[in-house]
Amino acid sequence: MSDVQNILLPEGSIEKQSTTLNLGPTHPATHGVFQNILEMDGERILSSESTVGYIHRAFEKLAERRPLYQVTPITDRLNYCSSPINNIGWHLTCEKLLGIKTPKRVDYLRVIIMELARISDHLICNSIVGVDTGAFTGFVYVMEYRELIYEIYEEICGSRLTTNIGRIGGFERNFTLVAWQKLEKFLKEYPRVLKEFENLFTRNRIFIDRTKGCGPISGERALNYGFTGPNLRAAGVDYDVRVHTPYSSYEDFNFTVPVGSTGDTYDRYLVRNEEMWQSLSIIEQAYQKIQDMKGAEAEVYHANVPEYYLPEKKDVYTSMEALIWHFKIIMGEVEMPKGEVYNSVEGANGELGYYFISDGGRTPYRLHFRRPCFIYYQAFEELVKGSMLSDAIVVMSSLNLIAGELDA
Amino acid sequence: MSLTNEQIQTRLTEKFGEQVSAFSAPYGMLTFEAPKELNLKVLQFLYDDETLRFQFLTDLQAVHYPDNKGKELAVVYHLHNLVDNVRIRFKVFTDINTPDIFTATQLYSSANWMERETYDFFGVNFLGHPNLKRILNVDEMDYFPMRKEFPLEDQTRVDKDDEMFGRGGSVN
Amino acid sequence: MSRPVQFNITPKPVDYNGHISVVDAPEGHMGEGFFATKLSEVVGLARKNSIWPLPFATSCCGIEFMATAAAHYDLGRFGSERMAFTPRQCDLIMVMGTISKKMGPVLKQVYLQMAEPRWVMAVGACASSGGIFDTYSVLQGIDQVIPVDVYVPGCPPRPEAILDGLMKVQELVGQESLRRRNSDHYQKLLDSYGIQ
Repeated sequence: MSDVQNILLPEGSIEKQSTTLNLGPTHPATHGVFQNILEMDGERILSSESTVGYIHRAFEKLAERRPLYQVTPITDRLNYCSSPINNIGWHLTCEKLLGIKTPKRVDYLRVIIMELARISDHLICNSIVGVDTGAFTGFVYVMEYRELIYEIYEEICGSRLTTNIGRIGGFERNFTLVAWQKLEKFLKEYPRVLKEFENLFTRNRIFIDRTKGCGPISGERALNYGFTGPNLRAAGVDYDVRVHTPYSSYEDFNFTVPVGSTGDTYDRYLVRNEEMWQSLSIIEQAYQKIQDMKGAEAEVYHANVPEYYLPEKKDVYTSMEALIWHFKIIMGEVEMPKGEVYNSVEGANGELGYYFISDGGRTPYRLHFRRPCFIYYQAFEELVKGSMLSDAIVVMSSLNLIAGELDA
Repeated sequence: MSLTNEQIQTRLTEKFGEQVSAFSAPYGMLTFEAPKELNLKVLQFLYDDETLRFQFLTDLQAVHYPDNKGKELAVVYHLHNLVDNVRIRFKVFTDINTPDIFTATQLYSSANWMERETYDFFGVNFLGHPNLKRILNVDEMDYFPMRKEFPLEDQTRVDKDDEMFGRGGSVN
Repeated sequence: MSRPVQFNITPKPVDYNGHISVVDAPEGHMGEGFFATKLSEVVGLARKNSIWPLPFATSCCGIEFMATAAAHYDLGRFGSERMAFTPRQCDLIMVMGTISKKMGPVLKQVYLQMAEPRWVMAVGACASSGGIFDTYSVLQGIDQVIPVDVYVPGCPPRPEAILDGLMKVQELVGQESLRRRNSDHYQKLLDSYGIQ
């Protein structure tokens, strides 16, 4: 107990007891519904116990009911701040099982979409860390530019947030001219905005005092707890799925992976910030590569797999094979090989894995999502033991806990 | 020198002999199984061995095969060697009437909640787990929902008619 | 392949010093130094233009709410500038996102902590009817536990749709009779949910 104040108090007095605080499921500072019961001595936290499951939607059981292309909308709702990454990760898993190889242009288009999603998620996380330390301006300023990203998604797939983007084998249509114009506008205007956001936070005395030393974790403990993604990289371990097992032609791009040292909140903020710059550079490289493609290659937006990719409607009305493929795909009676595959992509929070067992039927026999948030939230108790309540709030928001991914 | 699937397989059979079996490599990932009493020994060996060094537990979950009598529940571990960039998959099977498996929380702290989730969905009892209670479902639930015999929908709902979804049965 | 399309071709200049919209006075009889109108109209006018919402954001619709509250689709211009994060001080609870069976009692407790007059808006398909999650763990619509005034469909609804829902709540608030909360009809409604 805090010795200085309590030294003269009689035994058993109320000031010497610890209080239980319920940082409950509905709380303005928790970003999503999870509960923490904190045992506190004054302002210091002695221990905490987390309860999750307040938004359990049974994704895994739901996936056993749906054919492959119908599983995409439920993968959207995992990490809903960056839903294209979840969708494309699922399509990559299906392509691995079915043995489909996508052309380069499709890969580059996917890279653009995934990096936009990563920027969008890191923007929310960093600005919410700012809001939790009291700086509301960054959040409101940056949300305007997230609207630009939403407009780009809307041009491509029609929806802002839960995108259901792409198909197994590519995209549903080529990117329109308006989408390219909006992307160019984003690439032109966004660096200035990110620079201004950095200026507000990175060397801000108050922000540094609030976040430095807050919830540190060492590299070995982080690995033991199963951390991945920016939280692990802030602790000093450079594990990035895009570099370790490149998917969707990531090996063609030139980018660095930022790594922190102490694993505290300030390092996590800096790692995410630097990752946004790197994502911006990857998008510019991919955009350049796509502009350099000429001729027939520049019109490709899906792999040539008529068994799994819906044929064009005009072909369905005129050609017999297209009609048969259309029917089989919609009814879900396609050729599914038996087997099990584990595929992972670098989500905004870390390694998002899909373990897919197929028994040859129209729906997956078992689909399991390896959700990074769920795995690293276990370490929360260790991160906040001994720190103040306000530090616990800042640690919670810097871990970027998304409730949909926590519970699935 | 990078670690290949054959090298891992030879090391495992050297140490455990006939007990590790069913080696296969679907889509490039070495998969093998062992009896459930040995799961901790195998995990510890994979962790400590200097050439194998599988020190990252990527994923832990279960699969229900109602047709394999005597081996209905499979607990699957995905391990990752970050230094040599190799992944393997390790399965243990157990009977559905006595689904007791030793817990891996001593070795990997990330197994804590993953085992709770497996218990919540399939009923696998992990021996030695510090806090084996339901994590994602409501605490009062008395069945294990991911097993194949249970339906997806809540049978007590009155506003949706199963017959409209082609699933027979109707609400009057 | 596609015709050249342009957007934002004729941008309108921003109206900085212009028209601040002011609420019209209700109908009534004006005289020298007095104005006579119905009490319910004045009270309704005051309430509907200063609704303090409680954002009960659980999942994806919560992110669309954040976008609605941000500068682009401003929620503050409807009078909802202060997001009262405590149920004791709010008028409208906006339930955004899927409510699971584990969360149902929590939602009911938050609703009970609200003071009359209170309104409920169910934002999104999951809050209205369970949405795409017809599963064992999801409550099929929050009207299983609390009475709802406005439903906003969508998955997630666009910010414009959420604003439209707020405007419908404003209509309800503006036209509500002052005796409604004490009437038998309302008591029967609450009893059907088991709320005293």
